[in-house]
Amino acid sequence: MLGSFDFDVIRRALPYLFLEGMRFTLTLTALAAFGGLVFGTLIALMRLSGYKWLGRIAGVYVDFMRSLPLVLVIFWFYFLVPYIGQWLTGASRPITVGAFASSLITFIMFEAAYFSEIMRAGIQSISKGQPAAASALGLTYAQSMRYIVLPQAFRNMLPVLLTQTIVLFQDTSLVYVLSIPDFLGAASKVAQRDGRLVEMYLFAAVVYFTISCVASFFVRRLQARIAIVR
Amino acid sequence: MNYNWNWHIFLEPNPMGTGTYLDMLLAGLVLTIKTALLAWVLALIFGSVIGVLRTLPSRTAYWIGFCWVEFFRNMPLLVQLFLWFFVLPELLPRGAGLWLKQLPNAPYWTAAIGIGFFMSARVAVQLQAGIGSLPRGQKNAATALGLTTVQSYRYILLPMAFRIILPPLTSEFLNTIKNTAVAITIGLIELTGQARSMQEFSFQVFEAFTAATVLYLLVNFIVVTGMRFLERYVAIPGYISGK
Repeated sequence: MLGSFDFDVIRRALPYLFLEGMRFTLTLTALAAFGGLVFGTLIALMRLSGYKWLGRIAGVYVDFMRSLPLVLVIFWFYFLVPYIGQWLTGASRPITVGAFASSLITFIMFEAAYFSEIMRAGIQSISKGQPAAASALGLTYAQSMRYIVLPQAFRNMLPVLLTQTIVLFQDTSLVYVLSIPDFLGAASKVAQRDGRLVEMYLFAAVVYFTISCVASFFVRRLQARIAIVR
Repeated sequence: MNYNWNWHIFLEPNPMGTGTYLDMLLAGLVLTIKTALLAWVLALIFGSVIGVLRTLPSRTAYWIGFCWVEFFRNMPLLVQLFLWFFVLPELLPRGAGLWLKQLPNAPYWTAAIGIGFFMSARVAVQLQAGIGSLPRGQKNAATALGLTTVQSYRYILLPMAFRIILPPLTSEFLNTIKNTAVAITIGLIELTGQARSMQEFSFQVFEAFTAATVLYLLVNFIVVTGMRFLERYVAIPGYISGK
């Protein structure tokens, strides 16, 4: 029971947990969110482009990614990326890809599907008069997207995008299946080394909980502020 | 690509002696479905109770619902499974903890309960939104007719709310099925787990994962099609989706 709870194990592991583990988790979250947003926006533009085949390809990609478990996608990319790298670089054997690069590619490709649906809703929420006015002013399609539609869509969808990023932050813990020392992976390593599963997993739970709670509190405040402006 | 494709691998016997590799994957699929169904039942039961609590006029009820949802939503599912699997038996009294640890099929029960509670928070939020979307007049009319709170939920509010939130509930059910793959970390050999062990035994990585992918897509397709029929069957007349 809690009588034998050993806080010292946690204290000793703190540098490793945060400097290695949490840094990995946060870097992965930030880069994957950025990459996912860029690719997701491109996919959303493909779907709304009006070219039948372009839209269809994007639609199939999104539906495909969204019907697979993330764990399976992580495995897929872990084994596939070396072969894709070989194909791209023309090397004679599958190239070695680091754990970080592999999981980053996985999360960008996976999250792009989810971000694209958010951006699609954002773009569709802009009234038709806006792109019409842009083209009446003589802006090209690219210019009207760049200066008129996308900034507004992004702004309207910011709370949803951030909420999705919190989900992404929690989902990065799944790189555990590749034995990569992200925050949870690091906690689990210490837990198994010291035989202190209870302390380490409870601590990991508290840290994830605190970060997600604080983050969603700020998202809610942001949402309220944006709601007043409109 | 210098990768040796061998699509006949599925018909070759697996080293476990349980038939072919295909049988292995199908056994994984069955376990995935069984886990997902039990988790979904739990998610619906707890999600409904919590969702209703969040709409009641009582402050205490609202707070219980709020804490439940925040607790289960703000932790990664993987961490929650670890808490159920590794931490809970240690925190219980000795006898109960031992009994939990020696439970046969522990990963199955843990996964079903863990995923069920995790999803219950999402179901609760959907149901709360569904009840909130009903016109205020419905509840007032129920009260005016002399129905008690329980009766107005049972006969007026819940039947409407559940039918309205059927589409988002469908995607939550699909999420439940997908989330069972996380239980691979506590030793549940479901579909993804079987594909992974097939890859380790046979070295046919891409065949194994392709088969798992196809099976997941198939399950997805069946659920979506089935739910579309159900949606049409229970559609509320007078709503956009209604007849």
